[in-house]
Amino acid sequence: MTAQAHIKNKSLITQLFMSDKGSQIFFALLMTMTIVVPILHLAVPADSALHVSAYTLTLLGKYLSFALLAIALDLVWGYCGILSLGHAAFFALGGYAMGMYLMRQIADRGVYGNPELPDFMVFLDWQELPWFWYGFDQFWFAMLMVILVPGLLAYIFGWLAFRSRVTGVYLSIITQALTYALMLAFFRNEMGFGGNNGLTDFKDILGYNLQDDSTRVALFLASAIMLIIGYTVAKFIINSKLGRVTVAIRDAEDRARFVGYKVENYKLWVFTFSAVLAGIAGALYVPQVGIINPGEFSPLNSIELVVWVAVGGRGYLYGAVLGAFIVNFAKTYFTAVLPEVWLFALGGLFIFVTIFMPQGIVGLIAKLTSKKNPSSSPPIENQFSEQKPWKSKADA
Amino acid sequence: MPSKSKFKEVMRRDRVFDFMVPGGRHAVIAKQLDISHDIVLYVEGISVSFDGFKALNDLNLYINNGELRCIIGPNGAGKTTMMDVITGKTKPDAGTAFFGQTMDLTAMSEYEIAAAGIGRKFQKPTIFPEHTVFENLELAMHCDKRVWTTLFARLSSAQQDRILEIVDTIMLAAQINLQAKNLSHGQKQWLEIGMLLMQNPQLLLVDEPIAGMTQQETERTAELLTSLAGQHSVVVVEHDMEFVRSIAKTVTVLHEGHVLAEGSMDEVQNNQQVIEVYLGE
Amino acid sequence: MAKKYLMNSKQKSFIHFLMILFLGMIFVSPGLANTISDADFRDSLSALNQKKFTQKIQAIEKLAEFDHGKTRFVMQSLLDGNLFYRKSDKNIFIAEKTDTELVLKDVISLEVIDIVGKRDARKISVNNKIRKLLRLKISAMSLSHSDPKVRHAAVKEMMKKPALETSNILRQYVASENDETVKNTLRVAIALYDVKSDDKSIKLAALDILGESSSLESKYAVLAVLEKDSQASYIEQDQEIIQHAKKILDSIETQLKFYGFLETLFFGLSLGSVLLLAAIGLAITFGVMGVINMAHGELIMLGAYTTYVIQLLMPNNIEYSVLVAIPAAFLVAGIVGIMIERGILQFLYGRPLETLLATFGVSLVLQQLVRSVFSPLNRSVETPEWMSGAWQINSTLAITFNRLYILLFCIFVFIMLLLILKKTALGLYIRAVSQNRQMAKAMGVRSEWVDALTFGLGSGIAGVAGVALSQLTNVGPNMGQAYIIDSFMVVVFGGVGNLWGTFIGAMSLGVVNKFLEPWSGAVLAKILILVFIILFIQKRPRGLFPQKGRSAEN
Repeated sequence: MTAQAHIKNKSLITQLFMSDKGSQIFFALLMTMTIVVPILHLAVPADSALHVSAYTLTLLGKYLSFALLAIALDLVWGYCGILSLGHAAFFALGGYAMGMYLMRQIADRGVYGNPELPDFMVFLDWQELPWFWYGFDQFWFAMLMVILVPGLLAYIFGWLAFRSRVTGVYLSIITQALTYALMLAFFRNEMGFGGNNGLTDFKDILGYNLQDDSTRVALFLASAIMLIIGYTVAKFIINSKLGRVTVAIRDAEDRARFVGYKVENYKLWVFTFSAVLAGIAGALYVPQVGIINPGEFSPLNSIELVVWVAVGGRGYLYGAVLGAFIVNFAKTYFTAVLPEVWLFALGGLFIFVTIFMPQGIVGLIAKLTSKKNPSSSPPIENQFSEQKPWKSKADA
Repeated sequence: MPSKSKFKEVMRRDRVFDFMVPGGRHAVIAKQLDISHDIVLYVEGISVSFDGFKALNDLNLYINNGELRCIIGPNGAGKTTMMDVITGKTKPDAGTAFFGQTMDLTAMSEYEIAAAGIGRKFQKPTIFPEHTVFENLELAMHCDKRVWTTLFARLSSAQQDRILEIVDTIMLAAQINLQAKNLSHGQKQWLEIGMLLMQNPQLLLVDEPIAGMTQQETERTAELLTSLAGQHSVVVVEHDMEFVRSIAKTVTVLHEGHVLAEGSMDEVQNNQQVIEVYLGE
Repeated sequence: MAKKYLMNSKQKSFIHFLMILFLGMIFVSPGLANTISDADFRDSLSALNQKKFTQKIQAIEKLAEFDHGKTRFVMQSLLDGNLFYRKSDKNIFIAEKTDTELVLKDVISLEVIDIVGKRDARKISVNNKIRKLLRLKISAMSLSHSDPKVRHAAVKEMMKKPALETSNILRQYVASENDETVKNTLRVAIALYDVKSDDKSIKLAALDILGESSSLESKYAVLAVLEKDSQASYIEQDQEIIQHAKKILDSIETQLKFYGFLETLFFGLSLGSVLLLAAIGLAITFGVMGVINMAHGELIMLGAYTTYVIQLLMPNNIEYSVLVAIPAAFLVAGIVGIMIERGILQFLYGRPLETLLATFGVSLVLQQLVRSVFSPLNRSVETPEWMSGAWQINSTLAITFNRLYILLFCIFVFIMLLLILKKTALGLYIRAVSQNRQMAKAMGVRSEWVDALTFGLGSGIAGVAGVALSQLTNVGPNMGQAYIIDSFMVVVFGGVGNLWGTFIGAMSLGVVNKFLEPWSGAVLAKILILVFIILFIQKRPRGLFPQKGRSAEN
């Protein structure tokens, strides 16, 4: 047997998208959806059965932003073993940055018609724009903040946490505390982010009316393209040596350290990158749903996000996307048809998945197919394990 | 214990090594390992306690360059804690640990110590279970381990050859693409030793290397460890006396966090205190 | 302007003074009232039904002369607008309004005499002058009441608006009052008026009395003495009075600050006790078993709902309901806990993050269950008589009984738990299993049972916490979520696996929170605490009292 067999000499593209069957199928589906859904919406007449309504289009766009968020979490949880219960915070911060831009775009079309101040500030009797709202009338600045604010928060938080080796449960709990504290803060009117009601009543983005069909299609496409880019970058990281190091840290943190990796730095960068992805997802989400409020920071949202990834299959990027789609579709369906059942169903799903499908749907499929397919390497029998046949303490 | 007192005389802080005089020793972390005095590891007066329990109590240990040293001792003697201190996992309450003349291990973190050239094999084999044997060795390889370089790292052919060479040494060539979690216990031990070799460290700390190995594998391990000595310094912690006898020139006996005896296997075995500790007489 | 206004009010009070002096001399003197029969009492009542208010005043004055047990009650009813006369016979009744009718009751026996339409009886109308007179009469009568509590309340009521007429009434009672507390309050009430006097010696004496009492009212009265005009110079001319008032003000403020400190401390400890009750069960399940029980808050909620159900079951014995609810809630939450452990958690040991997900699922299910069974609205749990009210330590410092009892109860639970863990066989098994499961098994400990019972114990305590919380807040499906994050903070802050750490963690977080609140506001205080804990965990990743050693690292 030649030992060279393992060495991958494939092109980058093949490595990223064609490395396994799951990735191939996922990528094909995603591409098809990106192209077909807008066509079905714009070109197919409304009375046709194939027509995709504006509602469905926006709903799918929302799911796409959730999928990007799920990828962000999967990167830290599935590949680096950091269970963040605060990723909704980064999502919401990105959303707020976008919301602030959209708020400034309203200009004097608000209820109070004040060209400088958003309605809620006029209502609170504020005289001038707070300093942290400066610049948000510029799209590029808002987009910069979408990346910088979550990234910086994650960097500072991670720098503190990983350096002092806060791991496992402790980390989960303080990330939860982080998002909870932010939620409480954003609920305060004094913070200057619209308090309880958040930011809403958006009119247009980059001069295009948010209610227009074409704008909706553009937002859908933007979400799909960002998901593809996010997926590609995440896949690139995972396939690189850096990806192997993060998995190594997930599985045997001490070993990684003693081999010479500065574990806290690796965790920090993965965490920060993940937060940036989450922020971008939030920024895509807000113009499509038309509102952002402090409820988005709620710890419940972060945990729900964990469930998407758990259901889809953590440690598989497309698993995270799949989970985001399935759980959110179920949520949309149940809350419309049987609202009382939704929490029972969601709760039951948590329990079922953790006990019976620890690797999620994709993990389950992978397990089933590998059983059918004997060509993949079978595990060697553990005949020597746990035995110390000759131990001669008595010699001493 | 003639050797110990001789060491003590040679190592008196106030005469030989100025940098070890209290007050002037903290800043000294050099990148380069300095073994000009032919001693690779100085452990002096180390004490560690957990909730009142003294795991290490004024421990003194010196390892010569290229030496193969075996450390034995009953459970709870402080062997693993000693390794924790040397590799930076545990910070001592008192005492100093120096790698070569210049590197203060108590002031360095694990990855710095590893990069400086101390490799460690754990008691329970710890490898990266989801990675293949090849990837395990690749990850352990001595190279720039910063985040950005790692992101864009590509294997050079020299590095590939090195990995294949080590795979042969640890006799896992047939399993090179197998996930490490599927290896047998003994193979995992080997893989971990292989990872140590990939790091190319000056000092190897090996905790119970032959647990779970067959007779044949044990012999092979003994051979490997003795062949490493000379170029590298090796510290082996082991319970199996037969194995210790087969490889060791110098044996150190730890008891209650303290060095009880030091010398050749025969000297140690005939030491009255050691017999008392082991046989409870 | 200010001076002119002052003159005006002086003139007004002078007229009142004359009026009250005149009326008071005739009627209000204690001991002069005559005992009369029920029939005469009724007769004098019917005089109330006059058209002219001056006639009504005379009738009230006359009524006040008689020492009848119901006089005060009738006057109060008149003041509250509950006194009606029946149009058919002009007789006077106490009336209770229903939606369409009036229930007429006899003024003496309170028996229901008649139920009439709203038009068949008319309220005896009063004007402001009469209301004032009624209040005066009522307080005067209250001051001669046999119960010191009633007398005290009356004085307190009269203190709110110090005026000549009230102070004159109060003066008549000081000498004859034999209850110390009431007497002191009386003196303060008089001093509150006297401090406005133009007589220097009276003013100084009044200031001294106010200095002893150190209540907010006293503070404002002294501040009024030190009032400044628009040129920022004192209105009061006498330097001695100004200096004395300043001194008194200082001493009052120091005392108020001290009592304020004590009060905040108590509120802090009270919040700490709530946190401790909520967190201590978690400290067991999380610290001892390594299970992150996100459904802990819902177990607290179940305990609170158990209290609610128990009160529904025994509506006539609300007094004892809480005492019954404690063991009941312990059992309910404990059994649910054991079900969770046997049904779900036993498959997940060693995977703490997955216990987090699964128990979060449980928490959603429990919330929805309660919503479906009891409705999504909040339920209110009644507070038993013995837990309501406050322990009035002095005029500024009062400690509410429910918080005090909960603080004591919390300490009791804590000690019980310590005893269970340290002194009982179960405790021994729990500690053994938590330290070394394999070894404990080898020694013959049935570890599954110990796991189930430990989880049941932790959950049961959550239920007991729910009983306590039901006395402080609303009981609703979301109440558990309000506590879960705080509870985790407490446990993590105190150090996992350390009950004393939890105790100190809860109490210090509670106290710090309450001391921050006046300075920063409640929400910001909470945010600050959260940020503090996040930073603290960075500094000490294992909490205040960490477990050390090699075993703690895995």
